[in-house]
Amino acid sequence: MKPRHKRLLLILVALAVLGVAAALVLNAFRSNLVFFYTPTQIANGEAPKNRAFRIGGLVKAGSLTRDGITAHFIVTDTAREFPVQYTGILPDLFREGRGVVAQGKLGDNNTFIASEVLAKHDENYMPPEAKTAVEQAQRAARTLKQ
Amino acid sequence: MSRSLINWFKFASPATFYPLAGRVIPFFAAAAVLLLGAGLWTGLAVAPTDAQQGEGYRIIFVHVPASWMSMFIYCVMAFWAALGLAFNTRLSGMMMSALAPTGAMFAFLSLWTGSFWGKPMWGAWWVWDARLTSQLILFFLYLGFIALQAAIDDPRRADKAGAILALVGVVNIPIIYFSVQWWNTLHQGASVSMTKAPSMAHVMLLGMLLMAFGFWAYTITMALMRVRCIILERELTSEWVKRNAME
Repeated sequence: MKPRHKRLLLILVALAVLGVAAALVLNAFRSNLVFFYTPTQIANGEAPKNRAFRIGGLVKAGSLTRDGITAHFIVTDTAREFPVQYTGILPDLFREGRGVVAQGKLGDNNTFIASEVLAKHDENYMPPEAKTAVEQAQRAARTLKQ
Repeated sequence: MSRSLINWFKFASPATFYPLAGRVIPFFAAAAVLLLGAGLWTGLAVAPTDAQQGEGYRIIFVHVPASWMSMFIYCVMAFWAALGLAFNTRLSGMMMSALAPTGAMFAFLSLWTGSFWGKPMWGAWWVWDARLTSQLILFFLYLGFIALQAAIDDPRRADKAGAILALVGVVNIPIIYFSVQWWNTLHQGASVSMTKAPSMAHVMLLGMLLMAFGFWAYTITMALMRVRCIILERELTSEWVKRNAME
């Protein structure tokens, strides 16, 4: 083995060890690095009790009601749901049926009191005509199933 | 190594690489101008409006290619770092220093455009989610690399220290890439990936790819121009530079 091959091998081994170490650390962090908790996780008691955290999911269709500038809506992950209350201006992309992340605390009577609401959008980009076509196709498929 | 068709080690010598880089720079520069022009035209004028985000989504044509490029340049730097440490080639260190400023620029561009995109769409300039935080770390790694190399006077020692930083930091790249899959993040998942069909309209994808290739050509042009300067600076006392200067 030439010295330069020895050095190359040493670098590769060092990189592999570093990679494994990073993987172990990240795995340990896994549960602490979440940006938000889903309603199912909150129902299972995984969310912190006495400090602020974020709740994420979809805004349940037809659940948004406004009372002055206070908005009430339900966040769902399709399995469980959780009511949220927010006073302030909602972002432009906030819509029923779309993703949302709200920061705040658990209030009384099991409502999440949000201090900040962020809209979460998906990774699909398409022109409005294509979107209409997709929605029509989904509706047609649903009617066929029934 | 001597049995391979091309003697790659020949180009590891600054004296042979310097004129070669000089010859190819105009082609990459022309490609960069053409591709970026076509990409911007496709992205800003031809591509349709997005159903969800309206016109605001068009920042994607700079944001995503810049983010890809910032990650890719770091991988290339790590490649040169490994090569330099193993084979003790002078050119590897010079290539690393030549790439770092462009990488830092793309990392900054990615964060900056992302911030401008996040405010209208998400409702926040910045959030500490895994994707944004790991990209910020990448930007700091670039700055750290540049600072470290600048802080050490002896170029060979500066190269060695920089190479180790580049190799250690490469762990961050898969973290950035997979952060949206491993954790709940505000940032959405990848629209374009190796494993599934792209989830965007074809014209939008075309604009994004043109911009990405344009950034590639730009990066190659800038890195080669910069490495030529670095070669001259470091080889100032050598015979071939003096001969070149006479001509």
